[in-house]
Amino acid sequence: MTGDALAESLRVNVAAILARARVRVVASWRETSWVVGETVFPFLTMSAFVLVYRGLHAPKVYEAFVVLGAAMTAYWNNVLWSMASQFFWEKEQGQLQLYLITPVSRMSILLGMALGGMAMTTTRAIVILLGGMLLFGIELPAGRLLPAFGLFLLTLAAVYALGMILSSVFLLWGRSAWHTVTLFQEPVYLLSGFYFPVRFLGAAVGALAALLPITLGLDGIRQIFYGEAAHGFVPVPWIAPIEVALFALFLFLAHRALLLMETLGKREGRLTLRGQ
Amino acid sequence: MRVAREAPAIDAADLTREFRTKKAPPVRALEHVDLVVERGECFGLLGPNGAGKSTLIKILTTLLLPSSGRALVAGYDVERDPIAVRRRINLVSGGDTSGYGILTVRETLHLFARFYGVPGPVARARADELMAITGLHEKADTRLSSLSTGTKQKLNFARGFMSDPEIIFLDEPTLGLDVEASRQVRSFIAGWVRERPHRTVLLTTHYMVEADELCGRVAIIDRGRILALDTPRALKRSVPEEPVFSLSIGAGATDFDALGRIGGVRSLSHHAHPATGAVELRVIVEEDQVIGEVLGRLKSSGQPVLHLTKMEPTLETVFIHMVGRGLDDDTDGSAPAESR
Repeated sequence: MTGDALAESLRVNVAAILARARVRVVASWRETSWVVGETVFPFLTMSAFVLVYRGLHAPKVYEAFVVLGAAMTAYWNNVLWSMASQFFWEKEQGQLQLYLITPVSRMSILLGMALGGMAMTTTRAIVILLGGMLLFGIELPAGRLLPAFGLFLLTLAAVYALGMILSSVFLLWGRSAWHTVTLFQEPVYLLSGFYFPVRFLGAAVGALAALLPITLGLDGIRQIFYGEAAHGFVPVPWIAPIEVALFALFLFLAHRALLLMETLGKREGRLTLRGQ
Repeated sequence: MRVAREAPAIDAADLTREFRTKKAPPVRALEHVDLVVERGECFGLLGPNGAGKSTLIKILTTLLLPSSGRALVAGYDVERDPIAVRRRINLVSGGDTSGYGILTVRETLHLFARFYGVPGPVARARADELMAITGLHEKADTRLSSLSTGTKQKLNFARGFMSDPEIIFLDEPTLGLDVEASRQVRSFIAGWVRERPHRTVLLTTHYMVEADELCGRVAIIDRGRILALDTPRALKRSVPEEPVFSLSIGAGATDFDALGRIGGVRSLSHHAHPATGAVELRVIVEEDQVIGEVLGRLKSSGQPVLHLTKMEPTLETVFIHMVGRGLDDDTDGSAPAESR
């Protein structure tokens, strides 16, 4: 490919990423029903856990774990419902083929979905985080915000890269996508330690759970804010490199999964047949 | 890969596509199809449902791999160089809709233009032009969730032209549209080809009038095979000059096989009107007098003949001659309603 062709290809793909991301952002501002579904309901769950910890006279820092975990669940839900299952829904609506005949990389389409998803979910996460902090009197040490934010960004990159893999997998699994989402949702709520330190899962289960970037990220962010009191599972200096490695691995696997999905789909005729 | 600018728009050779399923024997949707469509043509693929039209389009638009054979689009191999093909094509499938309910008509057109790298100002101007032509301009800022199905289909049609493709594949573009919308779509296609002499349209349809009105050449396809390929006029001339009659008869049981066995009846097809139940018969006879026998047989069986017309050759006549049944016959592909 010549330099000009490469530059043109890059321009088209960046335009596609931004265009696809914009759909998500526009949707989040026009469809305000998410305020109830994605902030009020998680808020209730979060409140329940905080009240349990209060009832048990747990240290105040446990309430902070819950608030941080609740903010992160918004991203996991977004990855599952709006990222992993998106190609499947696009196919069911007859829209997938319109994406597949465009000259852009499928990775660009998924990246656009990921960026848009991150942007729209950040609004929800901030609402949950600030609401939780105000309601339950949680304080985040201001001096540690920057490193925590850095790790948070790395975590998001790895989590959404995982979502890109799942997008291809869900498409090939076909009709059971709805059930597959459920399969991934509740167990990950537990394994990621959204509402408690993952260390309490034990070494074996904890190690398994640590394969999920959201588990590691949450563990690291809690340690950055609260140190020893966070009951960390993996030492903080290890977490950032692991997240970077997971991001690179997931991105590579997502690329391979997309190629496999497309080749299998084109060979078997499953990409454009609805209800398959 | 360097490609001559004037490579044919479509060049398919020995193209075969087989679908395998676990439970049923393999189905051949395309069998050894050879097809060359030159640049600037509006080419029609005419055939009934299940003939292989959409399968051929899916292969040519890189959505499906052929089981064997080779297909070049704009000089690029659909298997080896799909991205180069995709830069030059677009696809509209009739009956489908595109976009997201949360976006407006204008935003949807703009979104899909961006996937082809169309710069913003060009995309905006093109969207305005297409909305004006297709009658969508009044709905430009309406969200898709508030549009009727027909309007969404028109939007999907306009979307296909946003990238100003070298080759556009129109798969039953007027499917499900009302008469006026269909007329608008046909008028747009005719104008688009006329104003852009190097652009190519591959149109699949099972509406004879559409193919006759728009296409410079037509291929008749059935059960995965191309049975004839020529200009509509030449195809019509190729039909033996045997009289063709169209009869409309009332609802009720009719032994069409018995009618087909009348001496001098060359071919017979029938299609029931879904609302009224009235049956339309197309009968090709060796000579005019034979139709009298058919009418007599219908009268003796108590079937009222509502209407009788002697027809000039049309593409439907050609199709019946080639295939032995009409495009809209009530029989499936495995049991042609042909009687001799």
